[in-house]
Parts: sequence; C-alpha cells; structure tokens
Amino acid sequence: MSFWNDPLKVAADWLLGVFTGWGMPEIAANILIGFLGVLLLITVLMVLDIFLVWVERKVVSRFQDRIGPNRVGPFGLIQPFADIIKLIIKEDTTPGGADKVVYNIAPMLSMMSVLILWAVVPLAPTILGVDLNIGVLYIIAAGAIGTLSIIMAGWSSNNKFALIGAFRQVAVMVSFEIPMLTMLLIPTVFSGSMGMNTIIEKQSIWYVFLAPLAALIFLIAAIAELGRAPFDMAEGESELVSGYNIEYSGMKFGMFYAGELLHAFTFGGFWSILFFGGYRFFGLEQVSPFLAIAIIVFKAFIGYWIIMWVKYTLLRIRIDHMLGFNWKFLTPLAFTLLMVTALMNALLAGTSTWIYISSMFLSNVLLAWIATEIARSYSRRERERVEGSKAAVLPEAAHH
Amino acid sequence: MTGEQIAFLLVALFTLGSGIMVVTSRNLVHAALWLVSTLFGVAVTFAVLNASFLAVVQVVVYIGAIAILFIFAVMLTRKDMRDQGAQQNSNWWFGALLAVLTFVGLFFLLESWTGLSKTAAAIPSGFDGMAELGTALTSPDAYVLPFEVASVLLVAALVGAVYVAFNRK
Repeated sequence: MSFWNDPLKVAADWLLGVFTGWGMPEIAANILIGFLGVLLLITVLMVLDIFLVWVERKVVSRFQDRIGPNRVGPFGLIQPFADIIKLIIKEDTTPGGADKVVYNIAPMLSMMSVLILWAVVPLAPTILGVDLNIGVLYIIAAGAIGTLSIIMAGWSSNNKFALIGAFRQVAVMVSFEIPMLTMLLIPTVFSGSMGMNTIIEKQSIWYVFLAPLAALIFLIAAIAELGRAPFDMAEGESELVSGYNIEYSGMKFGMFYAGELLHAFTFGGFWSILFFGGYRFFGLEQVSPFLAIAIIVFKAFIGYWIIMWVKYTLLRIRIDHMLGFNWKFLTPLAFTLLMVTALMNALLAGTSTWIYISSMFLSNVLLAWIATEIARSYSRRERERVEGSKAAVLPEAAHH
Repeated sequence: MTGEQIAFLLVALFTLGSGIMVVTSRNLVHAALWLVSTLFGVAVTFAVLNASFLAVVQVVVYIGAIAILFIFAVMLTRKDMRDQGAQQNSNWWFGALLAVLTFVGLFFLLESWTGLSKTAAAIPSGFDGMAELGTALTSPDAYVLPFEVASVLLVAALVGAVYVAFNRK
C-alpha cells in the first residue's frame, strides 16, 4: 500500500512509528495523531474559506454586471487577505449592557457548528473523518448547534434589531429543518444506510435521477437553513440593518461571515454527496484518492455556485409567506414524497434496474405536478377572493 | 482507572456541574443555556456508551428543539430579559422532597439489581446498534406497540396544539 493509494493511513502509520520511537505510549500517540488529523482538516478548510470570500465576491459581481475585486494581486486574489488584516486590526467593541460571556461564545459556536459537519464528509473512499452510521442525523444535530449560536448572539447583544433578526432566523431554521430531515431520509431509503460513505458507494446511479424532487426540496431547505436570499429575512438590511450579528465587529463578525460562506459550500458538498454521487465519477475515484477529492470539491463548488446563483437572482420573501410556504406546501409534499418513495422502493424490489429508475423518476415528476396544480388552484381561489372583496368595496367607496 | 472511566467521570462532573448551574443561576436565559450544556453532557454520556444514535437524537431533540423552545418561551413571556426574580417559590420543600425520594428510589433499585456489579459483555465487532434498534422498533414481537402508541400520543398532541391555536373566522 503506497502513499498514493491511501495517503491518510500511510501518514498515520509513519507518524505512529515516529512517536512510539520517541518513547510515547501507543494510545497517547494515536490520540495525538487524531488531533493532528483534525488540525490538518480544519486548517485546509479555513484556508479554503479565505478563498471562498474571493469566489463569492467575484461571482456576485459578475451576476450584477460588475468586475469585482481586481486591485490587490492578480484577479484580486490577495483581496481576502487585505480584508482579514482589516478585520483583525479593527476595534473589538462590546455593546453596553451586553452579556459578555454569551456574546463572545456565540461566534465560536457558529463557526464550530459548520466545522464539525466536516467530520462525516467522505472526501475519498479512504479519506474521511469518521464513517458514522448516523451521518444523516449528525447533519441535523450540527444544525441545532448553529441555531443555538444565532439565538445566543441575538439575545446577548442587548439590541432589539439583533433580537428580532435572531427570532426570524430561528423560526425559519426550526421550520425548514423538517423538510430537510425528511429529504435526508430519501437517500437513506435508497441505500439502506444513514452513513455518508455507504450512501456514496451505493450510488451507481445518481440519486438525483431517482428522486429529482427530493434533490430540489433539499436545496430549498438548505438555502433556508443557511439564511441566504430569498430566505434572508433575518438580515433584512433595509429594516433590521444586519440581523443577529449587527453588534459584532472585527473578527467576531468575520467568524459569522466566514461561517456562512463555509456553510453554503458545505451544503453544496452534502447536496453532491446525497444526490450527485459524491466523489464518484465514472470510476475515476478508483484511480487515485486525490482525484476523488478533486471530484467532490468540484461538485461541491457547483452546488455552492447554484446557491449563489439563487441568492443573487431572487428577491426576499415576506416572513409569513416563507413560513406558510414551508408548513403548507413543502412539509406535506416532503412527507408525501417520503411515503411514496418508501412504498415504491418496497413494491419495486427485485424488478430490473431500468423499470426501477423510470418508475421512481415518473412518480417524482407526477407528485411535483400534482403539488403545483394544488398550489395553483389554491392561489387562484385566493386571488378571486381578494379581487372579489376589492370589487365589492370599490362601488361602496365611489358612493361616498 | 481505565481511560473510559476517566472520560465518564469528567463527563459526569460536567453534566452535574451544569445541572447545579441551571437551578442556581439567577438569570433565566442563563439557566436555559446551562440546561443546554447539561443535555449536551448527557449526549456525550450516550456517545461514551457506544449509543451513537441516542447521542445524536439527544442533541437534535433536546438542544435543537426543546431548549430552543425554552429560550423562546422565556424571551416571549418576560418583559425584562435580565430578570433577577426570586430563586425559590413556596413549593421549594416539595421539589426537594421529590428529588430526595427519586434519588433514594433509584439507589435501592440499583442496589437490588444483580447486574450492577457485573462487567458488561463486550460488543461484538460488526454489531450495528442502529439496525438492531430499527428492527426492534418495528417488529411485532418487540416494541412495535409502544412505538405506535407513542406516535398516536404525539399526533393527539399535534391536533390539540392546532385546535388551541386555530383562529376561527
């Protein structure tokens, strides 16, 4: 087994040899190697995060017909470093009456809730933090810690705007968690496992072809979880200035901002793992683990790009519409889809692959069509009601 | 002492310490946040016991839903969030009595249980606790009836909540 086939194992074995050679007990050496692995992963992620700031600014400027950062370094590549220096030397302010301990813990928790997600991301068949058999639930658990960090930031800032922003954001996160968890169960139904690595290994056909509707609902719920437009009611700069992070300055604000970008990229990654085969691409992942990493990073960037595309194209939705859309449309649709998928999966067990794929695909399309028809007839009735009441009111007004 | 015991003691200390902070902190939101750390300690205890599913469900349900609802309830019902009210009301002796009785009951229950002093059998390799739990919850000769009864109870609670909140036109 050479370094190019299983780099993590080879490096760990080599380090174990070195550490035990220094007279360290084996268990201590193993713990130290585990810590070093985590440190390596987090360092790579944080460096990637710096790069993401540049990507986000460059892509948004292209969507808005601008050039974007182009002064510092080639293509403005050094710009994020200039931003970081600015953030670090900025005055670190704490608002009067703030709850200092909670105020300082919140940005750390926010960043942490994103970083711990990467423990279950398989970058290649052999390169992964841990292959939890409950990987799917773990995503939701990490999201719960993110929700907690937002409510802590909003409350401890001693600012009405921050608190209203936090309330809105948490209301959205708690409600969109439900369709998201339901859609996470669809790859589980197909693969028979909640572990991320097994889900990828079972995807000889990308699950997006089996359940396109599930992929779409997952993307919508993920964007809402991230609090990005069109679900960025919490930010609402025209009314709330900036939402829960309004009082934070310097690198503490930077933690929230960098956490949001990395979160978006991470959900791009999860989207690709659950529905687009993760590191699989026509057997290329077998050639070298490094190629597998390149494939999954590429797919994650495509997911991230789609999330950005949505963010900079759509307008903000009103909060009651947003929650109504979730509870009255997305959640029932997600539950129905899960039931239909589980039933079809049981009925079609043992049939040929092509029948399985086409009937799964057709059932998804049919369900999407029925759901849009119901929504359309509802909106038509609503419009008639509103216009009818207007028509009834108007002659009255003319009379007076 | 083995590493596992040290880990368990540290986690237990953390959980109990947070639990004491829940009942002694004067600020209600702080108490709710200490409750979060207590629940997190319980989740870590589950993880130490190799019950990863229970650990994650503990975080999802208790921290992600119940603790957040606690904080919401405190924020929405108190006029001043820096509430410094009295720590005890007139029922404190009843609460203390219940706590002591529960502790004594659990103590005697565990002492009369023969399995307490035995070491647990090692978990066989390839044992999938998750799959075992799933099968047990849905198989008729195991726990399908309690499982379904619990789900009916939850549906009843859901219907009740909708009925209470429903705004009749």
